[in-house]
Amino acid sequence: SSRRSSFPDEVLERVLSLLKSHRDRSSVSLVCKDWYNAERWSRTHVFIGNCYSVSPEIVARRFPKIRSVTLKGKPRFSDFNLVPENWGADIHAWLVVFAAKYPFLEELRLKRMAISDESLEFLAVSFPNFKALSLLSCDGFSTNGLAAIATHCKNLTELDIQENGIDDKGGSWLSCFPESFTSLEVLNFANLSSDINFDALERLVGRCKSMRVLKLNRSVSLEQLQRLLVNAPQLAELGTGSFSEELTFRQYVELESALSNCKNMHTLSGLWDAKGIYLPALYPVCTHLTFLNLSYAALRSDELAKLLAHCPRLKRLWVLDTVEDKGLEAVGLNCPLLEELRVFPADPFDEEIIHGVTEAGFVAVSFGCPGLHYVLYFCRQMTNAAVATIVQNCPDFTHFRLCIMNPGQPDYITNEPMDEAFGAVVKTCTKLQRLSVSGLLTDLTFEYIGRYAKNLETLSVAFAGSSDWGMQCVMGGCSKLRKLEIRDCPFGNAALLSGLEKYESMRSLWMSACNVTMNGCRLLAREMPRLNVEVMKEDGSDDSQADKVYVYRSIAGPRRDAPPSVLTL
Amino acid sequence: MEGSVGYDNDLNLKATELRLGLPGTEPVSIVRRNKRSLQQVADDDCGVNGCKSDDQNETAPPPPKTQIVGWPPIRSYRKNNIQTKKNESEGGGIYVKVSMDGAPYLRKIDLKVYSGYPELLQAIENMFKFTIGEYSEREGYKGSDYAPTYEDKDGDWMLVGDVPWEMFITSCKRLRIMKGSEARGLGRGISIDVSFTERYHQLGFSKEIFLASIDSHLRDSMDWESF
Repeated sequence: SSRRSSFPDEVLERVLSLLKSHRDRSSVSLVCKDWYNAERWSRTHVFIGNCYSVSPEIVARRFPKIRSVTLKGKPRFSDFNLVPENWGADIHAWLVVFAAKYPFLEELRLKRMAISDESLEFLAVSFPNFKALSLLSCDGFSTNGLAAIATHCKNLTELDIQENGIDDKGGSWLSCFPESFTSLEVLNFANLSSDINFDALERLVGRCKSMRVLKLNRSVSLEQLQRLLVNAPQLAELGTGSFSEELTFRQYVELESALSNCKNMHTLSGLWDAKGIYLPALYPVCTHLTFLNLSYAALRSDELAKLLAHCPRLKRLWVLDTVEDKGLEAVGLNCPLLEELRVFPADPFDEEIIHGVTEAGFVAVSFGCPGLHYVLYFCRQMTNAAVATIVQNCPDFTHFRLCIMNPGQPDYITNEPMDEAFGAVVKTCTKLQRLSVSGLLTDLTFEYIGRYAKNLETLSVAFAGSSDWGMQCVMGGCSKLRKLEIRDCPFGNAALLSGLEKYESMRSLWMSACNVTMNGCRLLAREMPRLNVEVMKEDGSDDSQADKVYVYRSIAGPRRDAPPSVLTL
Repeated sequence: MEGSVGYDNDLNLKATELRLGLPGTEPVSIVRRNKRSLQQVADDDCGVNGCKSDDQNETAPPPPKTQIVGWPPIRSYRKNNIQTKKNESEGGGIYVKVSMDGAPYLRKIDLKVYSGYPELLQAIENMFKFTIGEYSEREGYKGSDYAPTYEDKDGDWMLVGDVPWEMFITSCKRLRIMKGSEARGLGRGISIDVSFTERYHQLGFSKEIFLASIDSHLRDSMDWESF
């Protein structure tokens, strides 16, 4: 149009500043140059799903006013020790650029990044307005780094340390919060094992009147928990410490009373070594609970059943498979509003265990919880028929992650592959975004996925498939695919190369212990210069085999910090 | 679209592959343990129709003996927490015989499975299909014809519930559910704070909590003597 927009830039920026979703913002920035500029000046939060897809300089150049950064680093399979130790994803280079370009940075959320104590110290002193630090599945740091954060970040509202490979040198870091410090709203140190100074914690919680999330570590006792709760009845999320010491009758009553005063509590976790006998103390809190994380409490089925009878509003439940099918029946009976269920194995490596959950438990939940849309289920047996029933009861699955723990195991009743199970999932659950498959699977599973899973964004495959055709179906059919991770499958170069045109629209591809060769990878790298094709070689493997392949799009070019074991082609 | 090795043929990747060995020799294909079993099964053409032949059993996945790296996919953090828990609960069970007056045969239970008196008594009630009465320090088990007793290390017959749980499971040699007049005679001579039980009942707590609190109360109480 020849007529210029009469919309002043400031108004456009103001309107766009209300947009929070980074996908919406990406769409907006593509409309026209004016909108691109308005968007980049109004953006305050940037989400970078792969730290190597872009450089900190490029980010800083495009977005001048960032106050909050979310960064993800290593491929997800690094959580399961499949990525070499010194692979990369170090935060430091980013912090250096941020210190120069974003001195008013407030929030940093990292997942699977490497972060050293030096970096944490640098962070603590470089950003005077710093408010929120969240570290999930990161490594490379110790409690000394946390001490630096506690000491220097005067405006800290959030310190969230989750599931990291942290070097725990003791609990003195918590005592580093100055006595004048009162702004903390979120404190999660459940990750750490060593004892903290309880008096310091008690005083900290007492003076941070806005605290709404408190997740303790295992060293905090029940008696100490009660003392904390008395001073923090406003808590919305609580992670208890150890839930098992011997209580006197008076102590039990006091604990129950303190819990019942927490009228805002909607999330409960921790409960390490929970003794069934003390669970009734939780009943007053249970009526309002929407998220209950029992994945560190090895409860029996009857214990879970008694507890769930008091949790009618539950939307998210995480349990260990010690609750068995009977416990899951109780889930179906008591929690009609359930949307998310995760069942973790208590003894994943013990082959002699015959307990745990089976298809029966999953089916029972599906009958009672029609709103279920997220499931992560570890089991030792499954049938095609059961999965078909489950998705018939719950057609709204967005995340379906089924892990039959014995690789390549068929339907235990019919002895057939589990193809029809996942076929039923993708045919019925049209909203499916994330899928993890397991069990004995032929290419038919992947034919189904390619044909029906049109909204699929993330796919995890292990010990499955019969030939290249399987992966070709997925690459050809799943138009919205963004992340594909494959291990121990008979997919080779033909499969890898069938995605040639797809990888630039994806975040990343991981293939390990497949049949891909170095030549196949070289070809891919040659044809697609905007992809980084990285190969990790294992000691003693054949020179021509590409043991682990990681492919991702990048505008920053090949990375310069790769260790010797990672070859960029 | 056919499932073919079209790319391999077009690009003749095999010819350009670098490998050790004389030209003209075929490379040994690297087949991982698990994939070999999958290939075999695939070759047997197990599609929708399935395989009913006996061969199926032989080509079923090999029993997993060595741990596969990174499988099952559980984060190290979670694995470590589970393992510490397992170490704590190691050790054999404490099996004792349980007899009930009038019942034709005995049962055996593992005391380690229970975390306290309430669970134990519940289990015994279920096992023999009867109800044990309300426990009180002063009067033993009131409200039924049965009383649970046990033989301790010294050979004495004691009322279940009098001593702290941990002490009980290490000293109990066998259990006996006594019936009738013999049961009613087993009251305790030592008096304890009556107001404790009254306060307890006033607050309306369940039998389970009450029984568990007996242990702790005994430790708190000044009158407690070690056996």
